[in-house]
Amino acid sequence: MMSPGTPPCGTPPGKPPAATSAATDPASEADLPAEAPTARYGFPAVLWRALDNHPPPGLSRIRWRSPLRGPWLTSVFGATLLVVLPIVIVTGLLSYTAYGPQFGQAIPVDVGWLKLPTFDWPTRPSWLYRLNQGLHVGLGLVVIPVVLAKLWSVLPRLFAWPPARSVAQVLERVTLLMLVGGILFEIVTGVLNIQYDYIFGFSFYTAHYFGAWVFVAAFVSHICLKLPKMWRSLRSRSMRSVLHTSLADTVPEPLDADGLVAPDPDAPTLSRRGALAVVGGGALLVATLTAGQTLGGFTRRAALLLPRGRSYGKGPNDFQINRTAVAAGIDPAVTGSGWRLRLLGGSHPVLLDRAALKAMARHTVELPIACVEGWSTTQTWTGIRLADLAAAAGRPNPGSAIVSSLERFGAFNHAVLQTNQILDPDSLLALQVNGADLSLDHGYPARIIVPALPGVHNTKWVSTIEFRET
Amino acid sequence: MRALAQLAARLYGERLFHLIVVLAALALGGYVISVLGVRNLFNPNVWWQSIAVWFAVAVIGHDLMLFPLYALADRLLRRPRSSPDDADGAPQHPPRRMPSTNYIRMPTLAAGLLLLMFLPGIIEQGAPTYQAATGQTQAPYLARWLLLTAAFYLASAVCYAVRTLLRQRNPITTPATSRATHLSDDPQAADCAPNSADTSTASPDDRHG
Repeated sequence: MMSPGTPPCGTPPGKPPAATSAATDPASEADLPAEAPTARYGFPAVLWRALDNHPPPGLSRIRWRSPLRGPWLTSVFGATLLVVLPIVIVTGLLSYTAYGPQFGQAIPVDVGWLKLPTFDWPTRPSWLYRLNQGLHVGLGLVVIPVVLAKLWSVLPRLFAWPPARSVAQVLERVTLLMLVGGILFEIVTGVLNIQYDYIFGFSFYTAHYFGAWVFVAAFVSHICLKLPKMWRSLRSRSMRSVLHTSLADTVPEPLDADGLVAPDPDAPTLSRRGALAVVGGGALLVATLTAGQTLGGFTRRAALLLPRGRSYGKGPNDFQINRTAVAAGIDPAVTGSGWRLRLLGGSHPVLLDRAALKAMARHTVELPIACVEGWSTTQTWTGIRLADLAAAAGRPNPGSAIVSSLERFGAFNHAVLQTNQILDPDSLLALQVNGADLSLDHGYPARIIVPALPGVHNTKWVSTIEFRET
Repeated sequence: MRALAQLAARLYGERLFHLIVVLAALALGGYVISVLGVRNLFNPNVWWQSIAVWFAVAVIGHDLMLFPLYALADRLLRRPRSSPDDADGAPQHPPRRMPSTNYIRMPTLAAGLLLLMFLPGIIEQGAPTYQAATGQTQAPYLARWLLLTAAFYLASAVCYAVRTLLRQRNPITTPATSRATHLSDDPQAADCAPNSADTSTASPDDRHG
């Protein structure tokens, strides 16, 4: 879909092949770089030559029509991705750390060496996870038009014949398959996940995590091999001159060794700056329709097509729900007067009913709750400090705590908290939000709220907290 | 030693550095699959719900389906409207008419991008998981996308109308038309003629507008 807007170039079947000889472009010969395609083959030359001499029928009939494709344009897209994608990658890996792999609760559990060094995820600043996921998901979506533009700009390479002249090129093509497959796989799974469409059937976390590493492997090697070429191409013309070149003066880049520049293109229908504006405009459009789910406030309404751009109403409990009580199988009966909070970890279990909890020192904090899916919402929570509950349980300096929910099934019906997450003065077992009792969908009778903790680990419908020594 | 390295490089087809980098990437990729477990790449019950299948389909879907489709759509959009029969009627379509190509392309791209990215909500796919996660339905998205699409085309049409009016106030001088006519004389360039006209007429507009 969204091509970068420059004229894409398919070849309608049945159309006679256009003259592809470079001779039709008198200027091209002289401009060929020194490293022009030499017909040199690697070992075994016989094989590569035979391959070269047997192109599949029809391939030569493809005429690439866009006069805009070329190393400079590709490099501009490439440089953009070189800046943005590392942020997306690192925030993704940090999110894995935020889930607490040291407790075996980051998914997928077994990743071997494929993770950042594990550290205790901090609770400050309280918007840390919100920022992390806002960047990961937000930039991941915004970059989609650039990825599609980059792929469009290099598509002639896919149809080049021979596909390889040496073992080196075969191996590199395999890494390119990892590169293109990796980025598209990550985009597709990520985009489906934030819309709760699990048509792919496999575990999102597992697939998205390992898919990312396949991409990272290919991305790093691609940078190693292409960075000098990208740099040279970027310097081949100045952005300033491109921005001052109108459609009338737009001419193709000089023919290049890689065959990105079409030897026999159509006349331009869009200037180079126009093409950049289209891709940038696409990214801006996505940003406008995405940022609101993370920023909240009045911008949320702009997230028109995202699940977390919607309003729930104006009441104290009318904010984004993650997993309804019905979906979690919470029986309202067990949350009623019979509900007790069980505190374990001391010499004996401590049972507290709602009245006993309300009699304890209560604190009110304004904290964001941020989901791995990139959306977040800031609310005012009132409840008991987890540190006070630890003291009440008889273990005032716990090494960790397991919080369990009334929810009987589901991957997130319990979560382990680190010491800093228990002892932070803003870490609460919340009973109220915005001055009213929590609604059942938001975790009545009590839920966890911890600064900078991934949203799903703020366990709802809490039944038990076990404070552990380690 | 150096000669040996050069020979190796020639047999391989690239510098040694290339080999190291590519092997490192392939090794890491292999390690990823070994940690994931090859059997987890495939779903024995529903073949198409396999990680490996989705990975492959992502590439094939883009390179061999999406790309040819949008390229073909663009070709149809840009097909010269004057067939040889119409050639006589050329005066009915004076070459200084504003080219509409980009005014159709842009809103189509915007609407297409949003359709591609937000398809699940728009076609209400995954309704049960959506409901379980959010407590809401996907009902509004189709209408919202249609309204956005309408807004894109409307904005584009307004831009087109405004630029057409501006153009009529500042009529184009002869060089543009003469160049277009000149090009159309050349049968080889017939295909390009409308575009060339676009090209040459656009620049005065740029200067005046």
